[in-house]
Amino acid sequence: MKETNQKASGAPPVLEINDLSIAYSGKTILRNATFDVQNNEIFGIIGPSGSGKTSFLKAVNRMDQLTPGMTTTGSIHFHGYDTATWRNLYSLRKRIGVVFPLPTGLPLSVYENVAFAPRISGVRQKVELDQIVEKCLRRAALWDEVKDRLTSLGSLLSGGQQQRLTIARALSQDPDLLMLDEFSIAVDPVTTMRIEDVLKQLKSEISIILVTNLVQQAERLADRTAFFLNGEVVEVGQTEDMFNGRAKDVRTTDYVEGRFG
Amino acid sequence: MNSKHSKDLARLDRRDLSWYMDRLVQAVMFVGGISAIIFIVGIFVFISKEGFSFLFDGFSFTEFFGSINWRPTSENNKTFGALALIVGTASITGMAMLIAIPFSLGAAIYIGEFATGKTRESLKVLVELLAAIPSVVWGFIGLTIMNGVIIQLFNVPVGLNVLNAGVILGLMAAPIMTTIAEDALKAVPDKYREAAEAMGATKWQVIRQVVLPAAKNGLVSAVLLGIGRGFGETMAVLMASGHSINIPGSVFDSVRALTATIAAELGETAVGSDHYGALFTLGIFLFLITFLINLTADLVVRGIKRS
Amino acid sequence: MFTQTAHNVQNYKIEGRWRILFLVMTALLILPVLIILTLLIVRGGPAISWEFLTAFPIKGMTAGGVFPALLGTIYLVSLALVFSVPLGIAAAIYLSEYAPDNVMTRIINLAIINLAGVPSIVHALFGLGAFVIFMEFGTSILAASLTLAIMTLPVVIVATKESLQSVPQAFREACWSMGATRWQTIRRIVLPNAVSGILTGVILEVSRTAGETAPIMFTGAAFFLPFLPESVFDQTMALSLHLFVVATQVPNVPHDLPYGVALLLVAIVLLMNALSIGFRVRLRNKKKW
Repeated sequence: MKETNQKASGAPPVLEINDLSIAYSGKTILRNATFDVQNNEIFGIIGPSGSGKTSFLKAVNRMDQLTPGMTTTGSIHFHGYDTATWRNLYSLRKRIGVVFPLPTGLPLSVYENVAFAPRISGVRQKVELDQIVEKCLRRAALWDEVKDRLTSLGSLLSGGQQQRLTIARALSQDPDLLMLDEFSIAVDPVTTMRIEDVLKQLKSEISIILVTNLVQQAERLADRTAFFLNGEVVEVGQTEDMFNGRAKDVRTTDYVEGRFG
Repeated sequence: MNSKHSKDLARLDRRDLSWYMDRLVQAVMFVGGISAIIFIVGIFVFISKEGFSFLFDGFSFTEFFGSINWRPTSENNKTFGALALIVGTASITGMAMLIAIPFSLGAAIYIGEFATGKTRESLKVLVELLAAIPSVVWGFIGLTIMNGVIIQLFNVPVGLNVLNAGVILGLMAAPIMTTIAEDALKAVPDKYREAAEAMGATKWQVIRQVVLPAAKNGLVSAVLLGIGRGFGETMAVLMASGHSINIPGSVFDSVRALTATIAAELGETAVGSDHYGALFTLGIFLFLITFLINLTADLVVRGIKRS
Repeated sequence: MFTQTAHNVQNYKIEGRWRILFLVMTALLILPVLIILTLLIVRGGPAISWEFLTAFPIKGMTAGGVFPALLGTIYLVSLALVFSVPLGIAAAIYLSEYAPDNVMTRIINLAIINLAGVPSIVHALFGLGAFVIFMEFGTSILAASLTLAIMTLPVVIVATKESLQSVPQAFREACWSMGATRWQTIRRIVLPNAVSGILTGVILEVSRTAGETAPIMFTGAAFFLPFLPESVFDQTMALSLHLFVVATQVPNVPHDLPYGVALLLVAIVLLMNALSIGFRVRLRNKKKW
């Protein structure tokens, strides 16, 4: 199952998932997942809804600690460090940016939305904040549209703009890993394309996990893809192989060719 | 880049100021949360403490609940029979519920199911304002306005009686019961109504056959909370009931309530005396009764949520 | 197509009758109170003047004004708020933001319901036993305010909890995912968006507190004082108790005086309530999301 995408430096992969199971109030959502996510790759996760994709993301940034009833077994190593023994989970979450399915602009100004994470990390200098805000908005392809109204409410932008704002916000924490959960669900096709371009560029700097309900999106973007079905990781492989009839499991082929899901 | 992060991580995983701050705040907020428990326990402890000497000395269970003679200040024959007071409170509350239950449920159904838009909002605001009128003002209304009305209307010598206090208490309790009952109706999902309407039922049929049965527990708890409030109401009952110890034969008889007795007599007792202890014992009794009523109401509401 | 059968017509007639019955019941609930308010205004209105608001009662409380009672009510309410608002907000934040779904939380909620349901006279007994006697505050503004604070604590808790919970959960999750602690999330996002709702609750509490009589009767409010209180350990007059006193305890009171006191008290309480309701409506109209 190990794919040899690893850098020659020998640095540990950004995520190593080992025998991970997730349950809500005793009901298992994901069973015995084992795979890893390499540095500087886009790792796609596809699968029908209810297959445990979102729960997996929640487990990675240890949201189980804030979610009543959620429990995990097995291990997740982030850059080689076991997240279960992490003592200050807030600092872990700062390294991992998340973009949710529904655009969530915080009820703050556009500027303050992006400055939120730097501020809670102790950045106080106006100049420095200005730089971060501009850089992140540019990287999220939103700067040109909002540069003249940085003080208007982020929660009142259009859906597509809010989603890019969310990405800018996730980038503002300078993460090693960006996790996007079905980001295009409430976004128009044009914005989707723009965000996809952004992701391709970001890949050179950070690792990305892309959970998507659109198999074509995974095909377009992901280096490797995992197929989740009913709480089981059916297979993990090179995206090219999966979409060209070389999947190891017949269910994967059925799913990517649209025969169910 | 990666090696930088690997070194970073070990350094990052440290409990910093904001981590400790979060814990500290959680602890402080927790103290706020349990303060409610502390107070409710404190209330019971302190009224029990003051009632203690009487409970173990002058108190007799059969006299307290069986005798109608409340003579706490008698020179040679002190008796502490609370029966007449209990009957007084019960008769006023009963009278009040006779008015408040049908009217508050009727109003809740009208506001919740029939009224729409602006009418509905205005009615809700009005009901809310009614609930805000202080109890001492209601007592004053009973003492002055209602008193005259009853004397004239029924040609009786005294207008301060079960009827007066009951009507006043009913008017006081009804707005609160209306609000709770309307909440209970609102909690019934719209899809129930739509399903029944799709089958051609009229609005009233929907209400009677779908909404009311589904909201039953909430309505019961509204009534229970109304009764609890009736038991505990003090100033209005003190001023409107006539305040004379009596087992009422009709609604035109004056009575005396448990709460009113405490309010009227506590100022004149010596701390630690039997009379003082007896009044606190009435307080313990009131506390336990209202506690039971509230607990039942809560369990009844919890019943809907589970089903 | 819709056929107008006799059965159908009958059903709509029945519905119409019930509808009218409920409307009449609603009206009968509201009308008497409107009549009463009108009577209070008609009879009490003439009593109210500048002198009524600013002068001391004279001639055994049969003449003069209600100034010390009005001021006393302001003192009692203000001090009660000082105790109950921080505590109530803390309790609400705990319940809304931190509390796990366990037995302890259920007990806290039950305690709050009961705190609101305990009769006011029992609160008075508690205040007397705990603050006046045990803590040796004596019958004082301090003891009376503490009693009022505990009694009206549920009002603040419930209103605050409601407005905290109206802030969408997605905002919290967005903050948490950026590594914000729960407290940072509360302070920067949840509280700023709940503050007007909390204020609504506080105004409501003011109105409740101002009207209470029984809890202050034995803990700090006096029938009559010829001077103003100088510290929180002094007794004070209060508007609500003053109404009780002039209505029941003082002989030969001119007819319109108690009506005037009642009108003033009702006006304060209803004004506060209207303010709180108006605030709530405005809030609903300018949501940030």
